[in-house]
Amino acid sequence: MESTARRKERLDRGIKVRTSGIYSVSSLREIAYLVVPRAVLILGLLILPLVLPNRYWQRVICRTGVIALLALGFDFLADYVGIISLGGALFIGVGGYVAGVSNAWLGLPPALTIPIATLVGAVICTLLLLPCLPLRGIYFAIITLMYPLVLHRIIEALHIFGGTEGISGLATFPNIWVDQYLVIVVILVALFGLRRLVNEDIGLVLHGIKDNDQAVRASGMNITWYKARAVFITAAIGCFAGAYLTHLYGLVGISMFSLDFSILPIAAFVVGGPGTLVGPVLGAFILTPLTEVLREIGTLRIVVYCLVLVAFIVFKPEGLMKYFQRKYHQFERWIKV
Amino acid sequence: MSTLIYGIVNSLIFLLIAVGFTLVYGVSRLPNFAHGALYILTGFMTWVFLNTLGLPYALSIVLSIIITALVGAVIYRFIFIRVRGMEASEIIASFAIGLAIMEGLRRGFAGQFAIPEFIDEMVVIFGVPIHMQRLIIIGVALVVVAFLWIFTHYTKIGLALRAIAQHERAAMMLGIDSDLTAIVSLALGSAVAGVAAVAILPLGLITVDTGYNVLTYAIAVSIVGGLGSWTGAVIGAFVLGFGQILTARFIGPQWQMVVVFGAIIVVLLVRPSGLFGKQKELEERV
Repeated sequence: MESTARRKERLDRGIKVRTSGIYSVSSLREIAYLVVPRAVLILGLLILPLVLPNRYWQRVICRTGVIALLALGFDFLADYVGIISLGGALFIGVGGYVAGVSNAWLGLPPALTIPIATLVGAVICTLLLLPCLPLRGIYFAIITLMYPLVLHRIIEALHIFGGTEGISGLATFPNIWVDQYLVIVVILVALFGLRRLVNEDIGLVLHGIKDNDQAVRASGMNITWYKARAVFITAAIGCFAGAYLTHLYGLVGISMFSLDFSILPIAAFVVGGPGTLVGPVLGAFILTPLTEVLREIGTLRIVVYCLVLVAFIVFKPEGLMKYFQRKYHQFERWIKV
Repeated sequence: MSTLIYGIVNSLIFLLIAVGFTLVYGVSRLPNFAHGALYILTGFMTWVFLNTLGLPYALSIVLSIIITALVGAVIYRFIFIRVRGMEASEIIASFAIGLAIMEGLRRGFAGQFAIPEFIDEMVVIFGVPIHMQRLIIIGVALVVVAFLWIFTHYTKIGLALRAIAQHERAAMMLGIDSDLTAIVSLALGSAVAGVAAVAILPLGLITVDTGYNVLTYAIAVSIVGGLGSWTGAVIGAFVLGFGQILTARFIGPQWQMVVVFGAIIVVLLVRPSGLFGKQKELEERV
């Protein structure tokens, strides 16, 4: 038994090393190696609405997009800034209510309310979270979990913004194609924007804050200011998703603060692959349609969902995307030891 | 007077709910977000033993508490043990387990369920009529707290729990198995959640949503008192318990939950380690 012991050896493919620098433009093969995965993602997302069988699945894509945006923001905060924010519902709710109120009371069209909700909502969320930014780990996680719940109860208790019924009869998008492509384009912009951002100077500082915030502070940088900007970016993405959701259904209600918007993105994040940015988007596009398929079994689908989540976090914590990346960049072989 | 008495009862309910959560966090640093799920799990199990299987009430209570403790131990042994130390994974895994249990129960138990009161009587104390069950809750809370205090101060395994809570590395060097104490703490915490459930649930219906509220209360009390702090949990329970009763009386019952959430947020902002928590200090936590 001992003599035949083997282990798996993993080596980078030659082409991965060749494409890491300027020489990647030396031949078509190298260019293709870099471009194909990105092109598959972009074109895949753009073609997706065209190949879907019916209206029902096209609506599912819109919801999926919302979850994907939240998951993307969660990944950015968790893996590049070191903040675990369970406040997906906070962003959705604030963005949704800002859009809903400006549409219903001021009569603005969606083309205006969505940008307004994105910016104003992000400012509101950042101001709400600003005092909690010095908190770490579980404390920040709990406070972000509590914010949507407390806003929910306050709206209920004060009967403002339509109370428990919410505001309905808001403007919707002209047709289903606008619905789908709006969210898909925003996902792509946010995805590639964040990928660029984390490699810029501010991204490096944020990563430094994640690894050792005291060291960053000792370098004379105000970590709260950097964290606030990171939260603003995430909140803007989340608030856009909320405003989009409001206009997608033409109503806004306290269900926007529901726990779903905090949990589903995290599941997508875990399944898709933490720390890859594209992974959570992929995870959302796998999990949300899966929930729709499971809709027949009712509330039991949340059970299935949670079991998948636990299984991934326990047995496959790297997630799908990192697995694919490994297969793409490296080859494996068995060697004798 | 009635405010005082109901405030005390309410505070002790909070204390019962939160003790299990704070015990687990104090010993093993695990935020057990499945706490609320274990609580209603006990309630439903008692109901099943009592009504479907026809067991006597006392026996079904004991059985369901034991099973809940086992469930807690099993969850640790097979799931938490693998994610321990990774904060995000702990939170996500325990929350997902809790959600799975609660939504599974929602599927299994549609309709209205209630377990009977121990003694169905009203008594009058200082001119305030009060249900016997609420007095029993006071007794149960005192017994649980006293038991845990004696357990952690005079038994070998209880002292091991405190040692791990104080300084994990030093305790491990002295031969205390960190995983074993974590299993014990989780089993004990779940059992306490179960005791709380059978004491409190006879006051109303057993619903799945109770589980979410219980989790919120447990977190709120632990945060206000300081996560993992023993005296803090008692003080936190009284602050929130009286806070809620006073709010319901002077402002309006719909603000009760806002008080709880507001307390969490304010305390976290002003003193993240809670009123009595000593963060980063070698302080007794159990």
